[in-house]
Order: sequence, then C-alpha cells, then structure tokens
Amino acid sequence: MSTKPQIVAGFMPLLDSALLVAAKEKGFAEAEGLDLVLVRETSWANIRDRMAVGHFQVAHVLAPMPIASNLGLTPLAVPTIAPIALGLGGNAVTVSNELWARMVEHGAAADFDPDRAGRALKEVVAARAARSDPPLRFAVVHPYSGHNYELRYWLAACGIDPARAVDIVIVPPPLMPDALASGAIDGYCVGEPWNTAAALLGRGHIATVKAAIWRSSPEKVLSAAAKWAQDNPKALASLLRALCRSAQWCAQPANREELARILADKTCIARPAEWMLRGLSGELDTGGGDRRHVEDFFVPFAKAATFPWKSHALWFYSQMVRWGQVQHTAENATIARETYRPDLYRAALKPLGTALPVANAKVEGALRLATPVGSAGASLTLGPDGFFDGGLFDPDQLDAYIASQKP
Amino acid sequence: MPARPTTLSILVIDENRLRASVIEAGLREAGHDNLTIIHDVTGIARRIAEVEPDVIIISLENPNRDMLENMFQLSRAVQRPIAMFVDRSDQAEIEAAVEAGVSAYVVDGLKRERVKPILDMAISRFNAFSRMARELQDARSELENRKLIDRAKGILMATRGLSEADAYGLLRKTAMNQNRKIHEIAESLITASGLLAPPEDE
Repeated sequence: MSTKPQIVAGFMPLLDSALLVAAKEKGFAEAEGLDLVLVRETSWANIRDRMAVGHFQVAHVLAPMPIASNLGLTPLAVPTIAPIALGLGGNAVTVSNELWARMVEHGAAADFDPDRAGRALKEVVAARAARSDPPLRFAVVHPYSGHNYELRYWLAACGIDPARAVDIVIVPPPLMPDALASGAIDGYCVGEPWNTAAALLGRGHIATVKAAIWRSSPEKVLSAAAKWAQDNPKALASLLRALCRSAQWCAQPANREELARILADKTCIARPAEWMLRGLSGELDTGGGDRRHVEDFFVPFAKAATFPWKSHALWFYSQMVRWGQVQHTAENATIARETYRPDLYRAALKPLGTALPVANAKVEGALRLATPVGSAGASLTLGPDGFFDGGLFDPDQLDAYIASQKP
Repeated sequence: MPARPTTLSILVIDENRLRASVIEAGLREAGHDNLTIIHDVTGIARRIAEVEPDVIIISLENPNRDMLENMFQLSRAVQRPIAMFVDRSDQAEIEAAVEAGVSAYVVDGLKRERVKPILDMAISRFNAFSRMARELQDARSELENRKLIDRAKGILMATRGLSEADAYGLLRKTAMNQNRKIHEIAESLITASGLLAPPEDE
C-alpha cells in the first residue's frame, strides 16, 4: 500500500502543460514522494468547478484566473493561490490567409514584428470601416487570460480600439484553426500548438508572438485551493520542487524530442509531435512556407520562469481594470497582489540551491538586455523583458499606471 | 386568483444526441414542455435570444463552456445575468452535478424550489446515461470476445483437425489451467498463429 500523499491536478491539453506533465511522466513527482494524478479537462470552467468541489487540489490555469477567482469575478469561486508559474511566453497571434493578404498589402512582413504587423492591421481595420464592412473578429481562449490582455494591449498600442474597432470572442483552443478556416473568426491569440497547427495546415499565418509583444511575460500558473495548501504545506512544497526539476528538464534542448513525444500522446494533446517541437524550439512556421526563430518563445526554466512575481499579478489586475472587468480599489489591488505567493515558492525551493530572486516584484519592461540580478542560491539572469511599445510597468506606481491607460 | 407560475423555459445543449433525448424525455415526463434541445453551438447567441431560457443545462464534455459563460456575462441577448446553479452554498447539489458531468446556468432571482427538481432530473438522467453507455461498452466487448473465441476455434479446427466442440473445450481447459479468461487465451492463440503462419489475407 502506498502512503504517498495523492495530489490530483487538472490540466488543459496545451504545450505549457509540459511542466506538470513531465513532473509526472519523468518521475519528478514520484522522486519527491508524491502520487501525482493528472486529469485532462475540456474547458477552464470545468477546471474551476472541479477545484471548487475538491476533485482537484491543484491545476494548470491561465495566470489571471486565480486573481479573477479571488476577486469574485467568476462563478463558484473558492480562495485560490498561485505558488508557482509554469513558464513564460508560448502564445502567438494567428490571422486568416485572407486577412494576412490584406495586411501584407499594407506593409506586414513574415517577421513577427508586432509594430509592423499592428500598423498594417490598423490600415486594414480603417479600410473596412470606410467601406462599412463588419468589424474583424478575433478569438481568445478566456476573458481572464494572458491571451485576451496581450491581444488588447497590442491592438491598443497600435491605435486599434479593442473594444470598438474589432470583435473579441471566446473559442476553445483546439477549435481555433477550424474557426479560422471556416471564416467564423479572422484571427486569434492562443497558446501552442494551435498557432503552428493553422500554419502547418495552411489555414492561417502567424502575425506576431507574445514573446515580441511582451518578452519574458507570464502565461500559466499552478493554482492551488488555498485551504488545501494551508492544510498540506509539505505536499505542496514537494510538488513545487518536483515542478522546478521538471522545468529544468523541459528546458534542456536535448530533451525536446522526448518531451514533444510525451505531449503528443493521445492521453495528452493528441496531436503530432512535430507540432509540439515548433513551440518548444522557438522555430516557428509562419504559415507562408518559411520558418523563423523566435528568441525566448517559450521559456520553461531560465530567467526565473517559474517564479510567481507579484508584479505579474498586478499587471494582470491593471488590465482587468483597463477593460472594465473590475473596479480599481486599494482592496482589490491587495487581493490581486496576495494571490501570487513567492514566499511559498522560495521556502519550498531553497533546498534545491536553484536561483531565487530576492525581490517579490520588479519593474516590468525595464530590462533591455539580459541582466544579472540579486539572487539567493545560484546566480540569476533576468530579461530582456520589454513591452514592444517601450511601456514600463512599475508595480509601486499602480495607480498612476492605471490612470494612464486608455480604455 | 393568483396566477400560476408560467412554465420555465429550459435549454439543453448537448452534442451527444442520444443523451440529449434521454434528458428531454425525463424533463417532458416531469411536465416541462417549454424545452429546447440544441446539439451545435453555432449561432447560439441568436437561439438564446429567441428562447430566453430560465435554465440552461450543458454537458461538462462540451468545450464551449468558457465561450458560453463569457456570452452570458456580456451579451445583451441574455437579458438578466445568469448565475451558475441555484445557490452556490448548495455544495451537495454542485458536487452531484459535477460528478454526473453536467453543469447548469440559472437566471438570477429564480426560486430555488422551482429549479432544484430540474437540476435533480438532469443529474439523474446524466447518471443513467453514463450507466447505459457503460453497459453498451460491456456488451460491445462481450461481442468482440466472442468473435476472438470463434477465430481461435477456427484455427484449432484447421491446424489440429479438432471438432468445434473439442476446439472450444481445449481453449476452456487451457484458460482454467492458466487461470485466465477464455478470450485472453484465444487472443494469444490468434497472435501466435499470426506470428508462426505465413501471412494470410485478413
């Protein structure tokens, strides 16, 4: 009889479930004395519901979801914490072949440059408005998602009002390429492998990537039911260590082929390993027949990629306010800040001797170059972490940042 | 004379047509006639505007729950905000629903007594359907096992010149000796003969 503590984790079949999946499949959880059980889900709503009824103790979730839950914005909300991030980056914006052709006429090129692509898109949007054509429709995976916020940030910074000049709808990730091909949507922002899928199947063209809109930016976190975490601190700490070791393993280029096969399995994403390799290596097919390397496309471990920065939580919060999802109050800001738990991360990972940031928050967008920073354990390099429009987010100046945002 | 409460408008969204019909039958038997069943979420905003549902029932298998919830929050098609379940303090009901694989959305302000029987019915029908699907699966594998045994008998009859009854007897005896199931022995035999014999057309 096994006396190992059992942890049941929900996950969505996406490339960035890699850290959780490899923690199980490569034995990192077992080595920490855990019986980790993974359950694949079909919607973020299911993950939320099954966390609420106690089927799952932890889950692979969109980084803003635990914040939205603690702010009471979603149904069946239970107190939730985010004690570790599951990597940086990994998303892209893909547009239909038809829209890409229009964008190319206005100067877009297959270089994933968000500024150039955005300026072209703005021209297309203006031309459509002049002809009284219906607005372009973009899809994201969830209202409280990095995808929604980075798409809106990009559009707004390029002079396209995301609330009025385009429609933004919700589509489940695996259905995005078909929705694009059928003309139901004109573009989408989603994680891998669903951009690569459209590019390789000839259904769309990758216009830009999250790593270019905001380099080294947060995407998924592990959420844990606050009560379970409080009652089981040892099991949680063991899981954080297992995930950190898994992240290290996932980051090794030599392990990419094996990781791609694990993720491609029918019990996981159930799509060709070839599709996984693109995102894991950052060698993305544009959809136009060529392939380009994207620096830091998906970062599982380096640059403190699993550290739950409070500045990430607060940036997501600032975007919730920006797009009218929540009212800005000091109390709400505190709820957002306290959702992310770098204290638990640090306490759990200290024995591993890996690099631990000494700060809980940083000025986002401040690093133009890879920069050594203060750390405990091994030395740590962060950045570059710039926003494509040169924006800076100083979490100590939250009120001013929110006031300066155009809705 | 106080007006009788009008019948609630119920919308069932299920891609599984068989299960949808099982739920529909249950709700109709319980006297709910104001019922709409849809299998495909294409154009659902318009359908919801037409139907004006008080209660929406959807399978947890449906990947479109995130899309629907977002629509409930934003769309003008849904006139009043729709909350998940009757009362989120009713943990037992929520658990039973999630276990059964069903989720429900209910127009705000509806009385709990009016909605609970509908949810109970949906939960019990989802459970009944899962049982049925399991039984069907069992029946299917039973049929497959029988086919395996027939093929193994055929091999023994051809290679050892046994009668059908003797071939079956040999399979049964081997299974008993090895403490395995007959269909497992049959499967091994078919595999082994496939490996040893020259390829035949299958």
